[in-house]
Amino acid sequence: MSTLTLKNIVKEFTSGSGASASTTQVIKGVDLEVKDQEFVVFVGPSGCGKSTLMRMIAGLENATSGDILIDGQRINDVGPAERGLAMVFQSYALYPHMTVGENMGFSLKLAGVSKEERAKKVNAAADVLQLGPLLDRKPKALSGGQRQRVAIGRAIVRNPSIFLFDEPLSNLDAALRVQMRIELARLHAELKATMIYVTHDQIEAMTMADKIVVLQGGVVEQIGSPMELYHHPRNRFVAGFIGSPKMNFLDVTVTDVQAEGVTVRLPDDSESLVRVAGQPEAGSAVSVGDRLTMGVRPEHLILDDSGPLGGQVQVIERLGGVTSLYLASPDGSGDGKIGGLKADDQADSGWILIADGDVASRVGDNIRYTFDSARAHLFTSDGLALPSLDRHPLTGLTRQDNSLSSVSAAQATDV
Amino acid sequence: MSTRASGRTVGGLRTLSLQAPAVGLLLMWMLIPLVMTLWFSFQRYNLLMPSVSGFAGVDNYYYLLTDPSLWTAMGNTLLLVGWVLVATVVGGTLLAVLLQQEFFGRGVARLFVIAPFFIMPTVSALVWKNMMMHPVNGIFAWIASLFGLPAIDWFASLPLTSVIIIVTWQWLPFAVLILLTAIQSLDDDQVEAARMDGAGPLAIFFYITLPHLKRAISVVVMIEMIFLLTIFAEIFVTTSGGPGLATTNLAYLIYIRALLDFDVGGASAGGVIAIILANIVAFFLVRTVAKNLEN
Ligand SMILES: Nc1ncnc2c1ncn2[C@@H]1O[C@H](COP(=O)(O)OP(=O)(O)OP(=O)(O)O)[C@@H](O)[C@H]1O
Ligand SMILES: [Mg+2]
Repeated sequence: MSTLTLKNIVKEFTSGSGASASTTQVIKGVDLEVKDQEFVVFVGPSGCGKSTLMRMIAGLENATSGDILIDGQRINDVGPAERGLAMVFQSYALYPHMTVGENMGFSLKLAGVSKEERAKKVNAAADVLQLGPLLDRKPKALSGGQRQRVAIGRAIVRNPSIFLFDEPLSNLDAALRVQMRIELARLHAELKATMIYVTHDQIEAMTMADKIVVLQGGVVEQIGSPMELYHHPRNRFVAGFIGSPKMNFLDVTVTDVQAEGVTVRLPDDSESLVRVAGQPEAGSAVSVGDRLTMGVRPEHLILDDSGPLGGQVQVIERLGGVTSLYLASPDGSGDGKIGGLKADDQADSGWILIADGDVASRVGDNIRYTFDSARAHLFTSDGLALPSLDRHPLTGLTRQDNSLSSVSAAQATDV
Repeated sequence: MSTRASGRTVGGLRTLSLQAPAVGLLLMWMLIPLVMTLWFSFQRYNLLMPSVSGFAGVDNYYYLLTDPSLWTAMGNTLLLVGWVLVATVVGGTLLAVLLQQEFFGRGVARLFVIAPFFIMPTVSALVWKNMMMHPVNGIFAWIASLFGLPAIDWFASLPLTSVIIIVTWQWLPFAVLILLTAIQSLDDDQVEAARMDGAGPLAIFFYITLPHLKRAISVVVMIEMIFLLTIFAEIFVTTSGGPGLATTNLAYLIYIRALLDFDVGGASAGGVIAIILANIVAFFLVRTVAKNLEN
């Protein structure tokens, strides 16, 4: 049983000293509730404070203000070792002069556990991670993936209530990453521990998380299940951040607001009804004539010769199964810019369309396409999404629903 | 003639002729003094008695090895080297850890710790002799008087200890410099991982910092050893090897033989013994250090 609660956590760094000291607020009031055995993933652009937040949970960094609670106990002033957490560092941080076994048993040795007991626990952890034959090697003599497993093993041996992972797979190659991802998911099911995980990788976030926390500039933008973030982003930042390739944006004008949705005018003067709440009682009133931003994901665009949107193909990426078409923006403002490859994510960059692998279009072609208006999003000028009128049917799914292994693992423990 | 991977040939007459000047110069540089020392060590050669000369056989060695002052000098050499090594390595490690911490004025403190290294041995020995350890004018005597204690006449009552203190003071900065650089390369993540594993400051020092410094410590020991075996100026300036032979090390003994007794033959024999001793020490030392550096 271990839950974690963050209450209005603030972190300031002071640089310089004396009169020239300046403080930077890196975490600006984060609230978070992590349930027992939950797998929570922190995502966000580089420098948004993910590591800092995690280090505060670990106790390696003090929170400037706010409360950190584990199982309801405030632990702000408890040392990192006594919090009952284990952290896996991005750089692994193995002790180079100790063997794999000594690395894994170090915490037990410090705790004064007897040698036999220690060997037993280390061997048990080594079995879980298939590290048995490597126990007498030094970290230098291991491959990247093996080092990664040792780092995880070192965490497991401590039998922590909460695991913290800071981008643990980012140094591994793609194939090993897939393997370790599955292994981590298996471990989570097996150890029944709460896990907090930082990653840059969309796939890791979407596949492993019960709950994703999207951070930007030290502020939580949205917390929710992967499907919820994908289908119902709270604002434009989350919409653009979750999903790959990123969502396409277009400026539109409101022509009508009714109970069944908001009608907007597209660049070609055609109109389209988007199923979002725009009436005052929804709390986010828009009125006719307002300028909004419409967002549609690349995978929800459909090639259609009589479609309302169009653009010139600038780059084509053929992956075999699917084809990505990089298009000039439908309102013509994105000429010469390649969608998704541009650093700033303003609406004037080009669009991306994902079509099936057999699309015969050529670079330079002008193509027309339409979109599924049920899948479109509307954002007000301050970036907030208008709430969707229909909940997506899959947003209630939990991660367990997607995996057979966790079902069988649950059965195994029943025996 | 062998062929490199690049296809160029190495060795052969042409490269040999190109290397010859450098190799020849080095050989001359090393071999001539060595051969001359060996040659003199088998000669009757005393500057005060030019009429007595000729081949002496092993007489010089016989007199030297049966002379108790040689063994005293050897003992002093080992004591001096040993204690200075212990003091500089232990002190250097502690200072390096201390200077690694964040504190106000760290840059200045680092500079002060390094400074003694830039002072000539003769100068520092003079400063210690006349300003620090002098029984009347010295700072130590003044401190003792503050507590109402009698002043210690350092060079009379604790001669070898005094020399060890002076040499330690001179070589501590070197140890700190090397060890501080090494400590700075210690990965922060490792220390944090150890903290999460429940290691306190002491455990981090013994289990993480010290193993990390092992290589650097070997380097410090090796380099200091080479220089400490031949300490001369500090002894010459402070105690002149006395009282009696209390601070006479091998280098100083050879000096006494050659330039005070004018016995070139006996001094050369002492030199040969010093070379042999240094090689024995170096053999064991280099082996352990090399083993250390490997893993
Ligand atoms: N010791 C420090 N002093 C001052 N600023 C710091 C310090 N540590 C981190 N920061 C700042 O805090 C911000 C957040 O850093 P953090 O390491 O948490 O980012 P991150 O989200 O983990 O990024 P990444 O994805 O690149 O790892 C950054 O802007 C960084 O410059
Ligand atoms: Mg980080």
